[in-house]
Amino acid sequence: MNIHEYQGKSILKSYKVPVPAGIVADTPEKAIEAARQVAEKTGCDTWAIKAQIHAGGRGKGGGVKIAKSLGEVETHAKSIIGMQLVTHQTGSEGKKVHRVLVEQGIFYPGPAEIQEFYMSVLLNRDSGKNIVMYSTEGGMDIETVAEKTPELIFKEEVDPGTGLLPFQARRIAFNLGLSGNAFKNMVKFVQSLYKAYEGADASLFEINPVMKTSDEKIIAADAKVNIDDNALFRHHDYADMRDLSEEDPAEVEAGKHGLNFVKLDGNVGCMVNGAGLAMATMDIIKLSGGDPANFLDVGGTANAQTTEAGFRIILKDKGVKAILINIFGGIVRCDRVAQGVVDAYKSIGNISVPVIVRLQGTNAEEGKKLIDNSGLKVFSAITLQEAADQVKSNI
Amino acid sequence: MSVLINETSKVLVQGFTGSEGTFHAQQMIDYGTNVVGGVTPGKGGEKHLGKPVFNTVKDAKEATDANVSVIFVPPAFAADAIMEATDAGIPLIVTITEGIPTADMVKVKNFMHDKTSRLVGPNCPGVISPGFGKVGIMPGFIHSKGKIGIVSRSGTLTYEAVDQVTKVGLGQSTCIGIGGDPIIGTTTLDAVKLLMEDDETEGIIMIGEIGGNMEAEAARWIKDHATKPVVGFIAGQTAPKGRRMGHAGAIIGGKDDTAEAKMTIMKECGIRVVNSPAELGETMAKALNNKN
Repeated sequence: MNIHEYQGKSILKSYKVPVPAGIVADTPEKAIEAARQVAEKTGCDTWAIKAQIHAGGRGKGGGVKIAKSLGEVETHAKSIIGMQLVTHQTGSEGKKVHRVLVEQGIFYPGPAEIQEFYMSVLLNRDSGKNIVMYSTEGGMDIETVAEKTPELIFKEEVDPGTGLLPFQARRIAFNLGLSGNAFKNMVKFVQSLYKAYEGADASLFEINPVMKTSDEKIIAADAKVNIDDNALFRHHDYADMRDLSEEDPAEVEAGKHGLNFVKLDGNVGCMVNGAGLAMATMDIIKLSGGDPANFLDVGGTANAQTTEAGFRIILKDKGVKAILINIFGGIVRCDRVAQGVVDAYKSIGNISVPVIVRLQGTNAEEGKKLIDNSGLKVFSAITLQEAADQVKSNI
Repeated sequence: MSVLINETSKVLVQGFTGSEGTFHAQQMIDYGTNVVGGVTPGKGGEKHLGKPVFNTVKDAKEATDANVSVIFVPPAFAADAIMEATDAGIPLIVTITEGIPTADMVKVKNFMHDKTSRLVGPNCPGVISPGFGKVGIMPGFIHSKGKIGIVSRSGTLTYEAVDQVTKVGLGQSTCIGIGGDPIIGTTTLDAVKLLMEDDETEGIIMIGEIGGNMEAEAARWIKDHATKPVVGFIAGQTAPKGRRMGHAGAIIGGKDDTAEAKMTIMKECGIRVVNSPAELGETMAKALNNKN
């Protein structure tokens, strides 16, 4: 589960990871009030106004601004709230900004040099252990750093039995070139950050940048936080953090029916049981000259109801020129899915795009008969190759 | 000989009396698998499907001499079930459960690293050796005893491969569903090694998907050690970057995670890579003909 920066920071804060003081606001008036409260608490005289959307690259797109007065807070909040923010991660249509995070400015002057670092915590799939990945090159796109100066990226692997050990935290602080109070603060920061990662059942923490302020504090200036969906059952308090307005409406609708759906841009819709076969079906659509319009795994319990729900969701996409249903029946019975297709046709009515149904496995012959005898404009297939050929001749 | 499952396999079902456990235990018994009992804490002493139920894996192992355990325990308790079976010294643990938190699997992997048990899965269809039995949820009737070993991260896509192999008349020695999660026990390479050393297996079908390094790791080993033809397919050639495609482990993070990158390295290592999943069976049949 993807969450907003302000939500991620509230999780970090609960594990004593230092974050800037900040309040979220959904109107310019509330933003001014938030700025006042933040100033009262911290004594700051500048603020960062940050668009809260689920995408990176917000600064370059004009979604992050520094305000040097309450007047500027208002101006920036007005320009950001409601804007359609386009970044390299949003696609060309961008994402609508519903709220901003108003934070204390942390670039204030002081005796020490201000520095920006990169830090993330994530799973190393090869070793089955978590790693802390970090770099002196903060505030930049880490993929660019990895490509141009890989020697500036460091990794610390964590033993699951012990957690991140103090010597590892010190090594990280040394590698970042820190000394004095900044060194001590970084050691604490990294240890708290790792505890937060484990405690929150996160699947990714990316803090870019981690700031060393002019008074040698170490602060998480940004926070990209993903939570492991499979662990949400033990974090009921995080469930409210899900922002459905950030997700594709068709994907949200599919989720309600227990369907696993990912919206794509192609012209051939598909409905499949099993994730691997669903991906393979998308691939075969491409090889047949089409482009997959979606990924849709109906799961191990496909029946007439889920089939109809899947149909309705795919048909909402006006770009769809044909639909391929590919079911390999194991536990799932093909005749039930076939019945679902026939029922969906009757209840939806007037399906104008060609539908190709490939049924294989348990009760496949019965399913094919049901479809062939229904009198509907449905093309049935038995082998995967036949299905591919049907797609080719129907687009 | 088949690998992992043979005539000496005695299978225990953890989560025996639950709905999934009950349904699939019955299917396994019907297929001819030697199911010797099950574990459901608190129901020890009862009988279920005509087999004894035990409170702990240790009790069950002592009473039945079980050497395989298959786990249908719900995700919140599945990691504990795996570690209990490991602690009891069960040599082969097949975990079907989907949706185990990644942090739990980090602990499991760490717990198992100095123990002798082998884990298959989680989030997998299980293992089947036609003629000896099945430990998992795959439909038995599509399989036929034969000479092709199959290793796959997917469930239904494996069935597709099995069906094609059956139709070209080759049949299967053992099919190993290794699972679609980011952390799994037996890797693609582990499974390929087992099948490569198996006398009965004459060809290997290796089905991968986007995400992770497992297929590349297996391909490099195959390059130096292959003694029989390997046919490969990677699902997700059309998958977008950064989106999870159903399986928790099927996500393109970096450029090595893509289907294209994996297929390239597999080809370089001498694997017969098919672009279309419809060509797995025929390609294997041709590969074996060329060899003979």
